[in-house]
Amino acid sequence: MMRLQVNGKDLQLDGVAHDTPLLWVLRDELGLVGTKYGCGIAQCGACTVHLDGQPVRACQIPVSAVAGLKITTVEGLAQGERLSTLQQAWVDHDVAQCGYCQAGQLMSATALLATNPDPTDAQIDEAMAGNICRCGTYGRIKKAIKAAAQTGKGQAGKGQIGKEKA
Amino acid sequence: MDGEQFNQMMLGAGPGTGADVAPGMLPNLSRRGFIKVAGGAAGGLVLGLSLGVPGDAQAQSGPPPRPFVPGAFVRIAPDGKITLISKNPEIGQGIKTGFGVILAEELDAKWSDVTVAQAEVNAAVYGMQIAGGSMSTPLAWDELRHAGAGARAMLVAAAAQQWGVPVSELATSESTVIHAASGRKASYGSLATAAAALPVPDIRSLKLKARKDYKLIGQRFTGVDNPAIVTGKPLFALDVQLPGMRYASIEKCPSVGGKAKSFNADEIKRLPGIIDAFIIEGTPPVADVMKTGVLPGVAIIGKNTWAVLSARKALKVEWDTATASKDSWTGFVQQARALSKKPQGETVVKAKGDVEKALATAKSKTVEAFYQFGFVAHAQLEPQNTVAWFKDGAVELWAPMQLPDAALVGAAAGLPADKVKLNQMRVGGGFGRRLMNDFVCEAAYLSRRVDGPVKVVWTREDDMRHDAYRVGGFMGYRAGIDAQGKLAAFDAHMVTFKDTASGKVSKGGGISPNEFPADYVDDYRASQSFLPLSTPVVWWRAPGSNTMAWVQQSFLHEVAVAAGRDHVEFLVELFGRKSGTGAPTNRGLDPDRAIGVIKLAAEKAGWGKRLPKGHHHGLAFYFSHLGHIAEVAEVSVDASKKVTVHKVTVAADVGPVINLSAAENQCEGSVVDAIGTMALEVTMENGAAQQANFDRYPLPRMAVAPKVETHFVQSDRSPTGLGEPVFPPAVPAICNAIHAATGHRIRTLPITKEGFTLA
Repeated sequence: MMRLQVNGKDLQLDGVAHDTPLLWVLRDELGLVGTKYGCGIAQCGACTVHLDGQPVRACQIPVSAVAGLKITTVEGLAQGERLSTLQQAWVDHDVAQCGYCQAGQLMSATALLATNPDPTDAQIDEAMAGNICRCGTYGRIKKAIKAAAQTGKGQAGKGQIGKEKA
Repeated sequence: MDGEQFNQMMLGAGPGTGADVAPGMLPNLSRRGFIKVAGGAAGGLVLGLSLGVPGDAQAQSGPPPRPFVPGAFVRIAPDGKITLISKNPEIGQGIKTGFGVILAEELDAKWSDVTVAQAEVNAAVYGMQIAGGSMSTPLAWDELRHAGAGARAMLVAAAAQQWGVPVSELATSESTVIHAASGRKASYGSLATAAAALPVPDIRSLKLKARKDYKLIGQRFTGVDNPAIVTGKPLFALDVQLPGMRYASIEKCPSVGGKAKSFNADEIKRLPGIIDAFIIEGTPPVADVMKTGVLPGVAIIGKNTWAVLSARKALKVEWDTATASKDSWTGFVQQARALSKKPQGETVVKAKGDVEKALATAKSKTVEAFYQFGFVAHAQLEPQNTVAWFKDGAVELWAPMQLPDAALVGAAAGLPADKVKLNQMRVGGGFGRRLMNDFVCEAAYLSRRVDGPVKVVWTREDDMRHDAYRVGGFMGYRAGIDAQGKLAAFDAHMVTFKDTASGKVSKGGGISPNEFPADYVDDYRASQSFLPLSTPVVWWRAPGSNTMAWVQQSFLHEVAVAAGRDHVEFLVELFGRKSGTGAPTNRGLDPDRAIGVIKLAAEKAGWGKRLPKGHHHGLAFYFSHLGHIAEVAEVSVDASKKVTVHKVTVAADVGPVINLSAAENQCEGSVVDAIGTMALEVTMENGAAQQANFDRYPLPRMAVAPKVETHFVQSDRSPTGLGEPVFPPAVPAICNAIHAATGHRIRTLPITKEGFTLA
């Protein structure tokens, strides 16, 4: 039996091979499917989660190595129904296209702002370099990070995001 | 729609800037014609059905209040909640939001009342449900507007009846019917039950809004699934979990088409978490790659993903490669260069005038060039996967599909189409790959061999080794310039591919008879010769156009440079030769729309004006997928040949924009895709892809993304799609800027072959 602390909850795991990457434990055993599989070799960042606040690639971390560490996944970013500042910025800036990579992007961005609340463009490029967006939403990701850094708090999402006509 | 029409649709009205839409593909939706289509063609447009079937309202009677269901697109609950149905797959192109906006506009709904739901896969109700060819918006535009307007008319009629006033005195706004004279108002929700009992309006009685009256269309909307995306909700097929679900992974022969002879089955079956392992013979090979069923391999079934992926590492398979591909990219390059110099068995695609004579007597000079581009992968970020569950004689599947195909999937499981229930999941990237259903077929097949639900998971390596790629190709050009510096003669010889399985030109390959500038010069010839291809290839974002634009628009820049002319002026003069000949409908290249976006892009980018030191402009235009697009790239190149794209200015004429935010997002993403793809290739040797993951196929990352500024030409035409047409001109615009910066002409893609890299 293994004990994990995920998104503030203490969980027990039975019958999981110790070499199983955290990614597959989260997805297959715990039903936390927000963390995505993209490459399995730490190239794409779709599986990014936090261990004690540090962004890591969950496809590379065996579950046996995370006992006692605080694991945060994309499901743990919001406070109940209230989105985090970055999540709200992602909605307000309509960042996603297919959306598959965005959990990993948000986890990297969250870690960045936790250590550097007002990053430059170059610092954002560097911190986000481990995350691939195949749809190419990088410009919006950057805008959303900068907006979140500026406001420090999210604004209520309205769905309709502007009055400007095309 | 027959096979050729489907191909034309994927190609977006042909790969050429001069191609027309295939007849019957893009209905000219006058209302009369529309009803005719609706009444006649099974699987075609279903407007009659969408307005004519009250659905649930007929099935239930008496209280509780019935939901108002005027067909398949609009549902209004008595509590005022409005559910709009998006019939086509969402692959990141934003169609789910866009279709909701079109329906809500004509319904006159308040956007915050609206939820957009994914339609069930049901050909009888929706016809072909496809994300492909950038055709969702143009094909559904009239159908959705009528569905929204029809529902609105029924709500207005219900209010007129309740208040005893004529319909003509009623107006609507934000989900409310208003009688101005008496000051009465009624919400759509309060009218829904009464409206459902009314007769369906005659489609000819519906009055659609004029563009100036749009309240929603043209504004910015955030995607309807964004809250679920940012909180990690299970939207994708890979996220589906069912009780007792098993996991499956399949090892396939690295050389495409090889079969498993034997493997260490006893050893594999003893591994922890493994339930079963067996050889898959596969369904018989097919001529059309789109009908690919189950490929041969070794399947491993286990209790979780890691168990089956770990077991694959222990697999020892003996492959039978007698039927496998022997394709070699280096071999193709050698053959193509030889063929280009001395064509054998070439097919003339189009010839007019006397191009040889014109070239021989060119008053000013001739220009010659040979271009080469490699194969590339789709590399959508969500690897192929499907969940399937066979029970009670039928199979239910959850899959990331661009083109659900119940008959094909059923055949893989030995079941008729009516025993197949397909659930359309949000697709984690498509780019054309998921127009194929091979991975869905695998799951259907395995569902017959596994007790309970089973999830098939491809690794990234599976995905890249068993993609159906974008086809590579080669183009030799010659052009003659007259005494005035004008393009006078044009010869194109393409070395392209034919599939060995079908004997037909590979999807995305070949040159069209109408390819630009066929109609714009008097002495013109286009011809092609073929290499046999066993490697599967299929549609890849802006098929054909994504490479044709690069060779053609790069070469035309070569001609402009050789003629000593400004590139904008050169293109405007060339298109201007046919000014006034454009069709009033969205049916092909309109030279005046081309000139319009070329001038707009140049003006907005500051063409000819001073740029920061070391920065240079390049421009290109291409017409594809009914979109007229010009782009100006601002580029610098350092001493080590590192290319930085600083900014791309996009001018797009795609008719009125539905969701401005999504439209800009497609432009931004297409530019990033184009930049990244310039530096990528998949090479194959002995039939096996040499790149299997992102370490050797490095997709672009954030630092590569330039500033993208988009300008839309708005018009009263019908809107056209935007998932594809912005990609093609981006590549030549950047290469033309590289030439401006360095004097070096990129004639090989990826650019790494010529020593350039992306900074």
